[in-house]
Amino acid sequence: MEVLKIATAGSVDDGKSTLIGRLLYDTKSITTDKLEAIEKSSKKKGYDYLDFSLATDGLVAEREQGITIDVAHIYFSTNKKSYIVADTPGHIEYTRNMVTGASTAQASIILIDARKGVIEQTYRHFFINNLLRVKEIVVAINKMDLVNYSQKIFDEIVGDFKELQRKSEFKDQTIKFIPVSALWGENIANKSEAMPWYTGETILQYLEGLRSEDFNEVTPARFSVQTVVRPKSESHHDFRGYAGRITGSSFKVGDEVTILPSLTSSTIEKIHFFDEEFEEAPAGSSVTITLTDEVNVTRGDIIVKSGEAPEGTKSLNAVVCWMDMKALQPGTKYILQHNTQNMAVKIDAIHENISTDYSGNSIVSSLKLNDIGKVGLKLSKPLFADAYKNNKANGKFILIDAHTNNTAGAGFII
Amino acid sequence: MKKILENNVLESEAIYIFREVVAQFENPVLLFSGGKDSITLVRLAQKAFFPAKIPFPLLHIDTGHNFPETIAFRDKLVKELELNLIVRHVQENIDNGTVTEETGKYSSRNSLQTATLLDAIEEFKFDACIGGARRDEEKARAKERIFSVRNDFGEWDEKNQRPEVFDMLNGRIELGQNVRVFPISNWTELDVWNYIDKENIEIPSIYFSHLREIFERDGLIWSASQHVYRDEDELVEKRKVRFRTVGDITCTAAVESEADSIDRIIEEIRASTLSERGARIDDKRSEAAMETRKQQGYF
Repeated sequence: MEVLKIATAGSVDDGKSTLIGRLLYDTKSITTDKLEAIEKSSKKKGYDYLDFSLATDGLVAEREQGITIDVAHIYFSTNKKSYIVADTPGHIEYTRNMVTGASTAQASIILIDARKGVIEQTYRHFFINNLLRVKEIVVAINKMDLVNYSQKIFDEIVGDFKELQRKSEFKDQTIKFIPVSALWGENIANKSEAMPWYTGETILQYLEGLRSEDFNEVTPARFSVQTVVRPKSESHHDFRGYAGRITGSSFKVGDEVTILPSLTSSTIEKIHFFDEEFEEAPAGSSVTITLTDEVNVTRGDIIVKSGEAPEGTKSLNAVVCWMDMKALQPGTKYILQHNTQNMAVKIDAIHENISTDYSGNSIVSSLKLNDIGKVGLKLSKPLFADAYKNNKANGKFILIDAHTNNTAGAGFII
Repeated sequence: MKKILENNVLESEAIYIFREVVAQFENPVLLFSGGKDSITLVRLAQKAFFPAKIPFPLLHIDTGHNFPETIAFRDKLVKELELNLIVRHVQENIDNGTVTEETGKYSSRNSLQTATLLDAIEEFKFDACIGGARRDEEKARAKERIFSVRNDFGEWDEKNQRPEVFDMLNGRIELGQNVRVFPISNWTELDVWNYIDKENIEIPSIYFSHLREIFERDGLIWSASQHVYRDEDELVEKRKVRFRTVGDITCTAAVESEADSIDRIIEEIRASTLSERGARIDDKRSEAAMETRKQQGYF
């Protein structure tokens, strides 16, 4: 079945949890016992409505404070698709969690409270979705019931959002505006009767209609080797296969390939998946490839089609979202993980801090937790990466603090 | 006709995770309970490294309160696939006094497993423990990472988890720490059943409808067994039931069911208004039962 990964961001006040609860409820993905548990907890807290956040805020600390702190993953499905929702907090102090949640998303739902319109938080959500180049955005204008289902208010908010859209550098994106009331289930899975002026799709209809071409990008094929399969058994004595996951586009048997960083060439002999062989394997599939020549290939090497190899470089500029308590300073060293390879890097310069509300960039000397900025890096060996805007899969990296082993930052190569 | 591979997103993701484990860790192990999720993991591990054998052992933490069907199934699978199985017993921890058996009506060895697991991790110096937990099962598990770091005491620091960005997995740890790995994090109960169906994977007989001696307590169906405490007024009767999850016999309740094939199980789950873990007595102890156990090192 087709899988669609969605990110949502927002605070409890936006009705984000209610919206997710609605999607679960209307697709019959929430079971009676879970519903009863929510009812019981809602009553105990003295609410006269069902507080769906109690189902998604999985940690005691979150339920105590009534806020989402960490990313939760929620699942629902229809006959057409399986949906994986990364539910993230919306406040500025949780920017890293928003980036984390959106980093695997193919579509995003941005919530706007119809009474408040486009606010600073909307800017930030939109900015992060653009940074990550999420192609499909649903802007759900919620709480329409509290503004008398006014078309005028809806239109104004759409107008304001389109203003914002003009500031974005990422143009290959589809934005769909839908007026909803999550509380009453209007235009979530079922059409609202209170808004006859809106003749478009409900949120679920829209998501159901998305095809994988809409949310996946086609880019040059890349194959980062994870591990070498050498059975050394009698029946497979000379077998040497390269295991990894294909990104970008498909590989075929007979493709002439170049192995990076050694720049040696070979040809794809066979594509194995478990006990079968295939002539072609698509992007996204985890396969084992054998080559016609005995070449030296190890973990971290990248196999690409000859003529499509990215340039190797020992210095690069990237946008970095900082995720660590210890600020990022020029001159410090980290471990850079680019898909399956690791290398030492030195922070050469911090060029500027990018404000997530489109208010302009500022010159800074360090990046603090939740800051996003432009950074120059010096690498210990050549990296064969793409720019993130040309190839998401081969244009991203993480920075690891060698002393704490923590994932300290996420990077997007410029 | 050209033979083109059709990609299964969840399967490819799980295989990717298995390969990262083997590449990033020295001494991984697969935690095997004999339930459908860990059986699915075994199939995925086979696929990840074929034609090589699964390059790590299986570890079963035996509470001694098992369904006999599960143990028979486990031994058959291990033999057929030539797997390396390690078994460690909760009874040993009870005998050497490191844990105390619970008493009373709801007594179970479920939470005692944690001590045995942590001992085994120390004994074999495992640095990565692969498990079949899924995020859709329970709200604390919904907060889990795919690579989830545990400290020297096996504890989960849920408020201070490593960000897991993109599909990149950071398995760097200090000596003595270990990582719990969940390759089927993003699968739902139905995804697992559909996969078992498509792949023709064998599962223990207790997942299918069968006649069993049971008694009712708190609206749940408990197995009548020498390991399960029963009050005199809790009467035993025979009913057609099956199990949706398989854990310790003292903490796994049955559901009434006529489903005697995978197709009928899938049909039944689609129509069910009870969640999978709705029949897990261990989760019913409190709203935060799972979070508390996970903090202590439970899988």
